[in-house]
Amino acid sequence: MQITSIDDLQKAKVGGLAQLYPPKPKILVGMATCGLAAGAQRVYDLLHKKAQQEHWEGVVEKTGCIGICYQEPLVDLIIPGKPRVTYAEMSPEKAEALWEELAAGRVPEKQVLARMDVDGMILDGGPRKLYQGKLKGFLAKVPRYEDLDFFKLQRHIAMRNCGFIDPDNLLQYIARGGYFALYTALTTMTPDQVIQAVTTAGLRGRGGGGFPTGVKWASCRKAKGWPKYVLCNADEGDPGAYMDRSLIEGDPHSILEGMLIGAYAIGSSEGYIYVRAEYPLAVKTLQRAILAAREAGLLGTNILGSGFSFDLKLNLGGGAFVCGESTALMASIEGKPGEPRAKYVHTADKGLWNRPSNLNNVETWANVPVIIAKGADWYRDIGTEGSKGTKIFSLVGQVKNVGLVEVPMGVSIKQMVQDIGGGVPEDREFKALQIGGPSGGCIPREQWDLPIDFDSLWDAGAMMGSGGMIVMDNSTCMVDVAKFFLDFLIDESCGKCIPCRLGLKRMRELLEEFSSGKGSLEDLEELQSLSEAVKDGSLCALGGSAPNPVLTTLRYFREEYEAHILHHKCPAAVCKELITYTITPELCNGCTACVQECPQGAITGTKKEPHTLNSALCIKCGACFEVCKFGAVAVA
Amino acid sequence: MSVTFKVLETILERYPPSSEHLISALQDVQARFNYIPPEAMTAVCDHLGVPLSRGWAVATFYKSFSLEPKGEHDVAVCLGTACHVRGGRNVYDKFRRDLGIAAQEGTTRDLKFSLRQVRCLGCCSMAPVAQVDEEIHGNLSQRKAGHLLRMYRKR
Amino acid sequence: MITFSINGQEVGGEEGWTVLDVARWHGIEIPTLCHHEAMEPFGACRLCAVEVDDGRRTRVVISCMYPIREGIKVQTETPRVANVRRWIAQLLLDESPQAPNIQELAKSFGVTPSRFKKTGVESACHLCGLCIRACQEVVGVQALTFGNRGVLKEVTSPYHRRSQDCIRCGTCLYVCPTGAMEQIFPLVSSE
Repeated sequence: MQITSIDDLQKAKVGGLAQLYPPKPKILVGMATCGLAAGAQRVYDLLHKKAQQEHWEGVVEKTGCIGICYQEPLVDLIIPGKPRVTYAEMSPEKAEALWEELAAGRVPEKQVLARMDVDGMILDGGPRKLYQGKLKGFLAKVPRYEDLDFFKLQRHIAMRNCGFIDPDNLLQYIARGGYFALYTALTTMTPDQVIQAVTTAGLRGRGGGGFPTGVKWASCRKAKGWPKYVLCNADEGDPGAYMDRSLIEGDPHSILEGMLIGAYAIGSSEGYIYVRAEYPLAVKTLQRAILAAREAGLLGTNILGSGFSFDLKLNLGGGAFVCGESTALMASIEGKPGEPRAKYVHTADKGLWNRPSNLNNVETWANVPVIIAKGADWYRDIGTEGSKGTKIFSLVGQVKNVGLVEVPMGVSIKQMVQDIGGGVPEDREFKALQIGGPSGGCIPREQWDLPIDFDSLWDAGAMMGSGGMIVMDNSTCMVDVAKFFLDFLIDESCGKCIPCRLGLKRMRELLEEFSSGKGSLEDLEELQSLSEAVKDGSLCALGGSAPNPVLTTLRYFREEYEAHILHHKCPAAVCKELITYTITPELCNGCTACVQECPQGAITGTKKEPHTLNSALCIKCGACFEVCKFGAVAVA
Repeated sequence: MSVTFKVLETILERYPPSSEHLISALQDVQARFNYIPPEAMTAVCDHLGVPLSRGWAVATFYKSFSLEPKGEHDVAVCLGTACHVRGGRNVYDKFRRDLGIAAQEGTTRDLKFSLRQVRCLGCCSMAPVAQVDEEIHGNLSQRKAGHLLRMYRKR
Repeated sequence: MITFSINGQEVGGEEGWTVLDVARWHGIEIPTLCHHEAMEPFGACRLCAVEVDDGRRTRVVISCMYPIREGIKVQTETPRVANVRRWIAQLLLDESPQAPNIQELAKSFGVTPSRFKKTGVESACHLCGLCIRACQEVVGVQALTFGNRGVLKEVTSPYHRRSQDCIRCGTCLYVCPTGAMEQIFPLVSSE
């Protein structure tokens, strides 16, 4: 279908709405990577097959991820005139049971997670109530989404369509207000007005630095040179962050629409999306979205009859974290090794092929259509003084409710971990929140009232980064965490400049000594001064922020470093050189599970007799600890 | 799989002779042959008009390229932060022991498995995870890892 | 003419000059390793770091690439700058204790070998890239290249084989500041 005018857009919207809320039952299966990894494909296949075999009146569709990753696979049931019901932790067997109920004309009552009474539809003139009258019986007792701890504080703006639409379906995107913001921008706003709106809204870059998006656009618009390029950074590389992947897999057109609006504002007709090749589904979803938009005329020449033209290319990353850095990303698009260059001349002036270029990350782009559609004032009402809007975080690690969380800026760490995340596992203690990936830092329990926004995190020595949040409890060793991030960065350093290439290696060598109980307190000072040298001396942000995990753990967990150095103890029982595994005879009932699992033959003993562990042979792999069901294996 | 002129031709004709297509063309070669054979490297560089030194530099810089043939099954163990704090390192070492790979990464002698580390597959809710070929396996323990390898050995 | 100050001294230069250009013009000493008059600045060694106050903030930049701007205040010897340079000298000395120019550099910063040693084969090459850039920018051949990345990064030729493109002009040998090319050349040059 060609969409070249507002009438076409309206028609597409009507068509899309009929698909979103058809006058017949509909099953939605969450099939982003997190769902698929949990087995959503088999669930979908089963339901789809059943529907076909039994000539079901309804439809079975796929959708993206709504964020409740710890309950995947998710299946949603949308029956006309009833609230939407979400079923969690599905399997083919459970899906079959669900199907039997459904085929018998009943609303299934098992595996229910929550119900949704109202679809927010933020871009489309407001909420849509899914049923009329009063709920009775079973449905009335099901908790609503907003009653779930996980969702109470959330507000989905960037994720507005994730878990609602089929990401491959352009009409469904339009049905929820998609591409109307583009139309508004193209027909009622000048490029400067668009930039003004984004500036007034207070949107700051969601990929790391938090640079004001409007200011960035304005300098690229002002820059001399032609052509100008608009780029999307989808090279999400921070370990523990996957919100960009989820946005792409759930709602690719929101990114395209954001880029189109940005290109119009900046005066660009060519763009690139640089996406991580390790995300095969995201790559395919983007390819399909670009094709669909091109076919509809939403990419190409004279878009929506406005005279504005823009098209996009998709580039796949080659597997280098440093390519998330803007100049390295541009080098990579040019077909070179991803080595960053000095940014004393900004990429807004000389970027890709030395032309003016504007790079924003996936989540930033996805926010743009909302700002245009709802207005800058609406947007700047959300969040804190210096950080407007919402931010998606991936809440992972030692926390019960793992998933993607989109909250207004300013929610505290405590609310995040305790309220939304449901706290750390039983009999453990919350220790620190690592935020900002390898460039970020570890914030301790003492600071857990800290509001999460750009500036507060910066002052605490961490940074927002792309929004990966790793919850750590007392089973995590902070020296080990610092080592972990250094290993990552050493592996990913391009190696061009000396402070990063050799400095990080030396930092790692010092940490290695600490974690094996060597070193001295003077070495801590050495580590500190080397960290400063790497920070000041490195070429790019990878090296410049690389010491952050070390500096924050030194700042907040110095006593843990000292425990390693002075007392040769690893309080979290992680550092292999400093721990020993033993078997407590009183607790061991001689089940032989550990004997079978030990790769070294270090454990001996006969059945039903307490076993013994020969520590001379032990390589501290922890296999026995993992496999023991009686807590008889101790580590200290 | 032999490196035939025909196969290379179909890859190269997708790209106009310009250096910007170097990475994309090499990705196609890698996908087709599971590594970048030297003759394919030369053909790509000649076609795009870039010196061999540039093609080789690119292929050794980016992790997704391999200049050696890879194993039949690609075992990518996630060592992202979430996996790390949930014991991913021990799982990784278990894979290494079971596959007999002494280095941090490598290919078994029978070319059955290649083992490598990845930093975040974005399935943190199921940490620790590993991806074997296209399939992701979550909530791994050392025992499950051993089981997984036995399963793929039989395939 | 753009005027600004280095260490409080009023200096000036033309549009397109770097801080290092101006400093050298005025005889102000700034150490360098990967810099060469005949080639484009590269920015790898970071030894020429200086502190710049541009009116908004003060930060450490490298003088070989930082373009001069009206009114900036440059300091070439501050504690931050000294810390960066000292560590570079230390790290290089531990990597290549035998290279004469690195020994000299270390001496000027009062740095002695630490307990940490380079892993693998010792080499005087510290990847300044002068040989590669000379081969490409000056000679117009691209026989030499960087291979791999990070700590494995190396100066070599494709596949570590003797290059077919090399014309044996010896420019790389000439520009190499540490003599490391003496070892590399026989392995990469054409036969």
